[in-house]
Amino acid sequence: MFEAIAFYLFAFLTIAMFYITVTTKHALYALTALAAGMIFISAFFFILGADFLGVVQIIVYTGAVMALYAFGMMFFDTTREVKEKQGNKAIIVGLSTLAAVLIVLIVSAPMISDNIVALYPAIDGVGNIQEIGLVLFTKYLIPFEVAAIMLLVAMVAGIVLAGKKMDISLTLMDAEEIKANEEKNKKVLS
Amino acid sequence: MMEIGLNHYLVLSTILFAIGLVGVMKRKNLLLLFFATEILLNAVNIAFAAISHYYGDLTGQMFAFFVIAIAASEVAVGLGLLIVWYKRHGNIDLDAMTSMKG
Amino acid sequence: MEKYLYIALFAPFVSSLFSALFTATPKKLFTGIVGSALIITSLISSTILLVYILKGGEPIHVELMTWMATGGLYIPFGFVVDQVSVTMMMVVTLVSSVVHVYSIGYMDHDKGFNRFFAWLSAFVFSMMILVMSDNYAGLFIGWEGVGLCSWGLIGFWFHKESASWAANEAFIMNRIADLGMLIGIFLVYWNTGTLQYDGAFAAFHHLDTATLSWIGIFLFIGAMGKSAQFPLHTWLADAMEGPTPVSALIHAATMVTAGVYLVIRSHELYSLIPSVGLFIASLGTFVALFAASMALVNRDMKRIIAYSTLSQLGYMFAAAGLGAYWVALFHLMAHAFFKALLFLGAGNVMHAMHDELDPFKMGGLKKVMKWTWIMMTIASLALAGIFPFAGFFSKDTILEAAFADHHMVIYGVLLFTAGLTAFYSFRLVALIFHGEERYKLFGIHPHEAYKFMLVGMSPLLILAIIAGIFQQPFFHMVEEILSAHEYHIHSHVTVWIMLLGTQIFVGLAILYAYRKYARSGIEVPDGTSEVENSFVYKLLINQYYIPYFYEEYIVKPYRELSKAFWTEVDLKVVDATVDGIAGVIYGTGEKTRAMQSGNLSTMLKWMVVGLVVLLSLAVVFGLAVRYSDEIGPILSGLGVN
Repeated sequence: MFEAIAFYLFAFLTIAMFYITVTTKHALYALTALAAGMIFISAFFFILGADFLGVVQIIVYTGAVMALYAFGMMFFDTTREVKEKQGNKAIIVGLSTLAAVLIVLIVSAPMISDNIVALYPAIDGVGNIQEIGLVLFTKYLIPFEVAAIMLLVAMVAGIVLAGKKMDISLTLMDAEEIKANEEKNKKVLS
Repeated sequence: MMEIGLNHYLVLSTILFAIGLVGVMKRKNLLLLFFATEILLNAVNIAFAAISHYYGDLTGQMFAFFVIAIAASEVAVGLGLLIVWYKRHGNIDLDAMTSMKG
Repeated sequence: MEKYLYIALFAPFVSSLFSALFTATPKKLFTGIVGSALIITSLISSTILLVYILKGGEPIHVELMTWMATGGLYIPFGFVVDQVSVTMMMVVTLVSSVVHVYSIGYMDHDKGFNRFFAWLSAFVFSMMILVMSDNYAGLFIGWEGVGLCSWGLIGFWFHKESASWAANEAFIMNRIADLGMLIGIFLVYWNTGTLQYDGAFAAFHHLDTATLSWIGIFLFIGAMGKSAQFPLHTWLADAMEGPTPVSALIHAATMVTAGVYLVIRSHELYSLIPSVGLFIASLGTFVALFAASMALVNRDMKRIIAYSTLSQLGYMFAAAGLGAYWVALFHLMAHAFFKALLFLGAGNVMHAMHDELDPFKMGGLKKVMKWTWIMMTIASLALAGIFPFAGFFSKDTILEAAFADHHMVIYGVLLFTAGLTAFYSFRLVALIFHGEERYKLFGIHPHEAYKFMLVGMSPLLILAIIAGIFQQPFFHMVEEILSAHEYHIHSHVTVWIMLLGTQIFVGLAILYAYRKYARSGIEVPDGTSEVENSFVYKLLINQYYIPYFYEEYIVKPYRELSKAFWTEVDLKVVDATVDGIAGVIYGTGEKTRAMQSGNLSTMLKWMVVGLVVLLSLAVVFGLAVRYSDEIGPILSGLGVN
């Protein structure tokens, strides 16, 4: 009963937030609504007993990703209204509705739900975080390591793409060249 | 109605996914398009976690975990590219980006 | 012994290939010399084989390799040297050797000298395949080969419109007849299961007369085309557009006799269907008279000789149709010699008169061209059938055969035609060589041909004189294989009356011709004299208006029909369909190009569309799998299993 109330409440909130995200003309409102939606989704995770996932959602998604977007918004100066040429509303809404209906049809078909077999069954008694730890470092070790490398690559890519003076490399240049470079820059500034 | 089953979660996930699709198709500002992409990913995460819960299988949660990791790195790289484009062209309007015209 | 077979068969092929290397280069004398040498090699091999067969040797069979072995059909590249084929081999190689040597001189100033020898040797090779093959399929290969080479040789001077036209006419007429021949070959295979001569002939005895008659008729249709019997005869006269050596080789001695060879080779078939044989004999007799009548008034030297060939072919078919196959073969052999000699002599005259063909514009040439005069006179005597020259022995035997079997109409017509033959042959000789020298009016300075050409023609001259003595040995050689029998007429008195009567009749015709045309005071006819405007003359000189008939009522409507098919069917239907398909593809491409707008938002929308499509497919297939038990019976009711 408690679960039902929580589910419907958060469901309504999430849908509302995301609806605002896609339809508002103000970029700031969209960002804020998105961040709120993320938090509500983590609530779902907690309801479902995926504690670790919920926490990760708050920390990574709401904390890191939305912070990134906020910084990005500052950069692009999108605090004013966004003027957008409207596409054909009917096509968009129609297509989405159709897709939604079809997906629901597929996933709720008894044929699928009757034939599902659990690959890595949960162990009762231990908490969720222990379970995740057990599975993550044994069966999912390689994806874990690869994800780590991927994050590293993404970080480097982000720095290179967005940083200033990224075309010269201080570590590869001699002392004289660095001095000459600084002289050149000083002249520009003054 | 009172008993929340897997289907409820799946329907919720589908609705969120459809909202995300609307956003993807509608938005002409690239940054706002990225927001809609985030919605898509989150909808899928809910579905994964729900299935994992109702079948007692941890695979779903692991998948959701990795989806979050990938989404984070995707945002980083995507924003970087967006910054480079903005520096070149001064705006991030989709209708102005037609250099791939066939 | 097999190696002689291979040498005889492939020496012309090597010669052709060798000359073919030089077709694009200016005249090189050694192509002619090498070609002639190789053909003479083939002649020597054939002679060795002839001596072997004459001495009673067994026929030689070789099988080079398998051509087709599919299902129940087995056709090898097989060759046989038996009495019939060795006779033909001798004739072909002898005449072609003479023609090759002669052509070195005749084509002396021609730019296409090398090409000529390539075509000529290729022709000899095809003819050798034709006569040496041991199955109907190999015969047909040779058949087509000679048709092709004859096209190339008739149209040798291809920039002359009339020559190309004549070549096409010859080839197309042959092709029309080949359809009949092919049907005949199909029928042979269908009813006997094999195309080999020995197998088919053995099986023929078990077939009913109706089937055999159809086979015989269809094979004869093929022979009609190749040997220019009525109504497929017009190409032979027009084929004189080619160089004279070509006429000598192809249209006197070899290609046109291929039809006769076919009938002789299939004698086991034709002896089982005497009614078809009678039809063949009657047609042959008709053609003999028909051609002789057209030669009476013609003013083209080569055409007269061509009609004479046509007439003699009629004689051969008459003999073959009456069952006297060995006589037909013997006449074929003798005729090859003196007709080729006649043509080559005519070539000398043409060369001397700078390609003038009208005998009325010549005259009195015996003073300048003595040897040619002698050769042509002797050849004409042989053709007329005067004792003791070659033609007497063969022609008279045909007349005897007709008389002995009590075919009096055929006998009468053939006798009359013999008289006509003598008349027009000596009309030609008299007009060209006797009388006053009318050529001086046209400013022509004739001279005799090169000595080596005359020497090359001499073997033919000798054989035209003495070939008669070969009749008995020849008869003994072929009597077994051709089920030949000598013709005995009841009483000796009848025989002597017949012989003497024929000779006197022919002799009178010759004298009449000489009297009419060897006197002085003959003018070149110019279309105003009484004779020229008479109905009979007009009929004959226009070849009974048959070419006109063909042109107006067959060729022209066919051309219109083809044109109509081209514009209506080909352009409007076939081309339109193909272009339409291409147009549809282009149009689709153009329209879907709009999809590539470069706009990311549009692309995203298309992506969602694709997603929806895939989802629908998933639903449909899921439903199909889920309800496959119920759907199965419905689908099988519709025919899908």
